[in-house]
Amino acid sequence: MSSVSLKKDGLDEKGEPLSFYQLEEHHHPEGSSTMLGFWMYLMSDCLIFAVLFAAYGVLGTSYAGGPTPKEIFELPLVAVNTAMLLFSSITYGFAMLSMEEGRQRIMQMWLAFTGLFGLAFLSIEMYEFATLIHEGAGPTRSAFLSSFFTLVGTHGLHVTMGFIWLVTLMVQVQKHGLIAANKRRLMCLSMFWHFLDVIWIGVFTFVYLMGSLR
Amino acid sequence: MSDSILKTIFGRLTLESLPLHEPIVVATFGMVAIGGAALLAALTYFKVWGYLWNQWFTSVDHKKIGIMYMILAIVMLLRGFSDAIMMRLQQAMAFGGSEGYLNAHHYDQVFTAHGVIMIFFVAMPMVTGLMNYVVPLQIGARDVSFPFLNNFSFWMTAAGAVIVMMSLFIGEFARTGWLAMPPLSGIAYSPDVGVDYYIWALQIAGIGTLLSGVNLVATIVKMRAPGMGMMKMPIFTWTALCTNILIVAAFPVLTAVLAMLSLDRYIGTAFFTNDAGGNPMMYVNLIWIWGHPEVYILVLPAFGIFSEVTSTFSGKRLFGYSSMVYATLVITILSYLVWLHHFFTMGSGASVNSFFGITTMIISIPTGAKIFNWLFTMYKGRIRFELPMMWTIAFMVTFTIGGMTGVLLAVPPADFVLHNSLFLVAHFHNVIIGGTLFGMFAGINYWFPKAFGFKLDEKWGKVSFWCWVSGFYFAFMPLYVLGLMGVTRRMRYFDDPNLQIWFVIAAFGAALVAVGIAAFLIQIFVSIRNREALADHTGDPWGGRTLEWATSSPPPDYNFAFTPVVHDLDAWYDMKDRKHQRPVSGFRAIHMPSNTGTGVVLGVLSIAFGFAMIWYMWWLAGLTLVGIFATTIFHTFNYKRDFYIPVEDVIASEDARTRMLATQGA
Repeated sequence: MSSVSLKKDGLDEKGEPLSFYQLEEHHHPEGSSTMLGFWMYLMSDCLIFAVLFAAYGVLGTSYAGGPTPKEIFELPLVAVNTAMLLFSSITYGFAMLSMEEGRQRIMQMWLAFTGLFGLAFLSIEMYEFATLIHEGAGPTRSAFLSSFFTLVGTHGLHVTMGFIWLVTLMVQVQKHGLIAANKRRLMCLSMFWHFLDVIWIGVFTFVYLMGSLR
Repeated sequence: MSDSILKTIFGRLTLESLPLHEPIVVATFGMVAIGGAALLAALTYFKVWGYLWNQWFTSVDHKKIGIMYMILAIVMLLRGFSDAIMMRLQQAMAFGGSEGYLNAHHYDQVFTAHGVIMIFFVAMPMVTGLMNYVVPLQIGARDVSFPFLNNFSFWMTAAGAVIVMMSLFIGEFARTGWLAMPPLSGIAYSPDVGVDYYIWALQIAGIGTLLSGVNLVATIVKMRAPGMGMMKMPIFTWTALCTNILIVAAFPVLTAVLAMLSLDRYIGTAFFTNDAGGNPMMYVNLIWIWGHPEVYILVLPAFGIFSEVTSTFSGKRLFGYSSMVYATLVITILSYLVWLHHFFTMGSGASVNSFFGITTMIISIPTGAKIFNWLFTMYKGRIRFELPMMWTIAFMVTFTIGGMTGVLLAVPPADFVLHNSLFLVAHFHNVIIGGTLFGMFAGINYWFPKAFGFKLDEKWGKVSFWCWVSGFYFAFMPLYVLGLMGVTRRMRYFDDPNLQIWFVIAAFGAALVAVGIAAFLIQIFVSIRNREALADHTGDPWGGRTLEWATSSPPPDYNFAFTPVVHDLDAWYDMKDRKHQRPVSGFRAIHMPSNTGTGVVLGVLSIAFGFAMIWYMWWLAGLTLVGIFATTIFHTFNYKRDFYIPVEDVIASEDARTRMLATQGA
């Protein structure tokens, strides 16, 4: 321990007086905790999805005499949907690259594309949900469908929030430009958006693909 | 026609929803209404609304938010304790021919509300309040990482408390027990608003808890003073770090499981139902995956307080600092591996039960290590028996008993006998009162002089201490006996008159605790009255060892005019030991976050939203939800969230401190 080598008379190893106060103002740069804080929020959100995945794992075969995954999942539709979300992640990535280069207009364009892909994803998901409910395979039909709708719907709700956030940020960038605060916010949304992508890959694999095998 | 309009506007809220037929509730309402009106009138008469709004409600200062958490907790303690004493009275009376004075409908609400309030709105805000107040000071920071989020978290917690309190007078509370287990809490068996009150109170308060957890973890990781490595952090900060990691890693599970229960109740999904393939035991598993870490969320900060108190009042460095840190970390991890011991009787088989029984018993090893560390800290120390130390010693004795009955319950065959009995009730009160609550009282007595600049009155503190401690033993030791005789919990009437004497003793204990609570309130009142005599001008009344004692009491808004530099564990002791010189010139303007009313607005909107959801007033729910989003987005358009405390103000308050210290001969 370095403290052991310190002398009692208030001098350090070099014989200089020990300083107990930082006399030069050095405040924590603004927003220095934001990334860590946002990561922790994302991990807590990830736990919500973990619980919903677990619930689906427990209830996913409780059909209660109702439809099974094979009968109701339309893989081509889900594949298109997945593509929409993955594209939106790529365009968000491009937006971040433009942000790093300070090209605000190009960045706004990529953000707009991201939003459009997000909307397309949501529309297809809503179409899928409406069709299922219309066919009598709504969330109240069986525990399997309850957990399916809740898991996929919670993801969709997150994408909706992300979309609202995206629009808000585009307005704020338009208003204030690429200032540090806005860059930080865009970074947070970036993490959020890619996080939703990762969750969706889990949904696609465990719910849709594995479901179609059963 | 007009009926359907009323239904559209008020949902299922009707005049019958008001419990006018329950004389006890009406009388309580009368008292609360008169008291509340008197309070509001007094606040208006003395023109303090502006002060409260500007200095407190909108404040993003972690110290003020911490104090507001403590006030919320103490107010809710009175409510939670009223429930407790009602139960004790009922059970002491309802024997033989007597039915007592509470009907089953009312009694079931009372025990549910007691549990919910004591855990979520007393213990949690107290723990969060102390961490909020103390942690930034201990690590030499000026505030938390996200000051606005801190204010918002408080108002979310307060909003949850308001929703619980509303259930007392409008409609009813859940009759399900504090964890609202389905299928009982499902819509089929609990069609009324009680469980909905429960759900929305916890969901809204849960947002606050989670965000304050994120906030404090980020604060501890990112904002420590230069030189304070992880292994030089004060032990209370360590336990706060572990607690907040547990909050971030456990509360989302509660949110998700309550959301699933809400879907079952509101739109008719089949997660936890008896039919359509639902699985009620999944709820039990999930809620305890949150619930077990929750008990460590409550007790770890108390362990931290006891560590600080033991070391300060023994005048010694804490024995086994690193083993204390590792014990805390081991408890943090193990707390996720024991949840099934809450329901060994589920029938998961011998292997699963053995696993969870053994992991539970293993937790007693790091906990035991802590107890020995405290004992060895006291060994050959010059112990000062001030109030915080008295609470600490009472804790060590009481908690050891509670820990041992816990290990007993961890043995699955024993648990099959004792499950759901009063033995269990005695055990968890033994550890929560003997652990968390004694810890909070130790912490309040220890840090009160820091927060307000004067010590708490010792005489009334001792009255409170002895009444609480002896009251606890009188109230809960009989419950161990009754539990061993096979008496189950949550009963409002007993046939066997032989049992009555034990319940009478328990009721006597509750009365002693009531005196203890009254003495605590008198202690605060008397201390405020005698604040001149009790004043501490040094900022370090106990001979403290950690950085919170390095600044004045109460600390200035900016905590430290110059950020301290840490060279050793027990940084403040080190500074005193090596004769540091407090800088008295060269001050600068200090960068601070600005106050904002957004948290209050969001809190009020959340109360309205929760109320609308509970009573099926869909228009109001939609409107308030839009309002919540609009307020949040509006808030993000404000980029000017900080200001500088002018250097003249810093000089003025630091010079005042210099003069104050000079009069003390320091």
